[in-house]
Amino acid sequence: MSRRKTERLLNLVVCLLATRRFLTAEQIRRAVPGYPDSDEAFKRMFERDKEELRELGVPLEVGSDQQGGGGEEIGYRIPPQAYELPDIHLTPDEAAVLGLAARVWQRASMAEAASGALLKLRAAGVETDVPTAVGIEPRVNTQDPAFPVLWEAVRDGRPVAFDYQGIGRTSMSRRHLEPWGVVSRRGRWYVVGFDLDRDEQRVFRLSRIVGDVKADGPAGAVTVPDGVDVRRIAFDWGDPVNEPRPATVRLRRGAAQGPRRWAKDVRPVPAGELDGAWDGEWDEAVLTFRDVDRFAPYLARFADDVVVLDPPDLREAMIQQLKSVLACAERPARPADGTVNGS
Amino acid sequence: MTAKTGGAAGRPAAAKTAATTSTDRLGRLLALVPYVVNRDSVALGEAAAAFGVTEKQLIDDLNLLWCVELRAPDPYCPIDLSYEGGEITVAEAESIARPLRLKVDEASALLVALRMLAGIPGLDDRDALSRLIAKLESAAGTAAAASSQVSVEVDAYSGSADPDRTGLALLRDAIARGRRVHLSYYVPARDENTERDVDPMRLLVVEGNTYLEGWCRRAEAVRLFKLDRITDLAVLDVPAQVPDDAEPIDVDAGLFRPSPQDEAVTLELTPRGRWVADYYPCESVEELGEGRLRVVLRTPDTRWVRGLALRLGDQGRVVEPGALAATVHDDAARALARYGMT
Repeated sequence: MSRRKTERLLNLVVCLLATRRFLTAEQIRRAVPGYPDSDEAFKRMFERDKEELRELGVPLEVGSDQQGGGGEEIGYRIPPQAYELPDIHLTPDEAAVLGLAARVWQRASMAEAASGALLKLRAAGVETDVPTAVGIEPRVNTQDPAFPVLWEAVRDGRPVAFDYQGIGRTSMSRRHLEPWGVVSRRGRWYVVGFDLDRDEQRVFRLSRIVGDVKADGPAGAVTVPDGVDVRRIAFDWGDPVNEPRPATVRLRRGAAQGPRRWAKDVRPVPAGELDGAWDGEWDEAVLTFRDVDRFAPYLARFADDVVVLDPPDLREAMIQQLKSVLACAERPARPADGTVNGS
Repeated sequence: MTAKTGGAAGRPAAAKTAATTSTDRLGRLLALVPYVVNRDSVALGEAAAAFGVTEKQLIDDLNLLWCVELRAPDPYCPIDLSYEGGEITVAEAESIARPLRLKVDEASALLVALRMLAGIPGLDDRDALSRLIAKLESAAGTAAAASSQVSVEVDAYSGSADPDRTGLALLRDAIARGRRVHLSYYVPARDENTERDVDPMRLLVVEGNTYLEGWCRRAEAVRLFKLDRITDLAVLDVPAQVPDDAEPIDVDAGLFRPSPQDEAVTLELTPRGRWVADYYPCESVEELGEGRLRVVLRTPDTRWVRGLALRLGDQGRVVEPGALAATVHDDAARALARYGMT
């Protein structure tokens, strides 16, 4: 940290805020202490200083005014109305909610931005140490390495490129995306945008991006089409294709607590209805499902504590699911070193 | 599944870097002046706390403000500043007496968080929330626009149609009044319904799900309870007694933190089974080529892995430990026998 640099930048801000006219680089050099004598060194330092002010969010206006001493030459100023945070007054309940919101990003990549915002609001006179009555502490994690780059790309309207390993794909593929937004559900982050390779809107999960996300064009190159709601694109998969259907199942007494939580018409099966293959006590119940391909794997979890009686397609799917488990389990594990055990 | 306290952190915690670049420091100075101006005078200690710096650092910052002097074209009066007797006052600082506008990142960080809060069911501060969002949007101006391109969804679990009877409302009430609660709680990892008395500590929304953190009198430890797994809830007429040494769970370090004593389970996954690596915290993930993966999980209880293997079908299988793989095989064979297949 350079004290002299901070001092120079502070003087530069005060100088450019105080002026109504555009000040040329030369005028600034004379007004602000701390710039070097060499023209070349001054030019380099001034360029860096301008960049730092922009990073800090200082609205540096570039232009010229004929009436001023600068003539046609390009000059700089900071318009106070563009610099200053407008007046903001919060009631105590609003301030309490603000404190809660600022803590949401704790330790995540937006945390720094949130505390920066809080600092400015405090500076504007807002009291943020108001105890919250809400009683809930929400947290958002943005640990995906791709998050910061993608958020900046969305913010700046910049196209990106990355390697992506989709589920069910045998290899990664290079994707070129115009990002429209980043959204999170159940702690998982997704980027929504226009996929330039597929020529349509697509959703990518950040955890499946391999390696770095690279800028793939200039800032401002991406325009989000009117009416795009990134949340709907990411999470609204339309109405389910299948109508809900009832399934008749047998549940072992005292087991399969998961399905029992939403089972209907649970009734004990009289011992007389159970032949020798049915050990112990059983209940019969009705479960509602839509998608055989999802429901069969879910029920398979409960092994021989859940048995599907009807409908036949679900019953068949259960049999295939369990057979595939057997087939996988029976495949001999390959020795790690590639040699075959001679047992 | 209840998360455990202690144990090795699964993921490295983001290092909190001290902001000490000259740009950061300039940002602090530009906020410090209006902070003091807006309050007429501020105690050194109070200002240091508000800005997250030591008093020494703060004095160093204040000394920098003394250095403001412009030589030309309009000679500028130095800022009149004092921190005598530990009270800071600032005068003659008109040009920087207002804080800088919010940057896009800053406005977005707050607005995205506030809109996420608005998605939490049973929040009775909704009115303050929408007023605050409107005020911030107006203060941020154009910097607020990009925030609509980021969104965090919260699963709208309430447990009851009556807003006063939701699990969330009952638990908030129990926390506010310091009451013990009785939970019927479903543990999917063991497919068990459990009954337990819990002294509530706080409610958390992590990874889009709502949790109760509390001292579980059955486990005699701090536990997290996912609200949508609470099947029955009663607020007891007994004061909550959270032991003084009960440490809140550091949820920022990840919800599931395996302990080195846990058993290691190795799974091999086909390309279609890769989702497992997304959903479960893996100790290691190894690419086997053609989209296949080998992952190692650590778990104190392998029962749920049996269920996972049955659910995976041909998407993956247990490799190690061999005994667990054999159990999965037996589970599938017994289940098939119920369908008349042997």
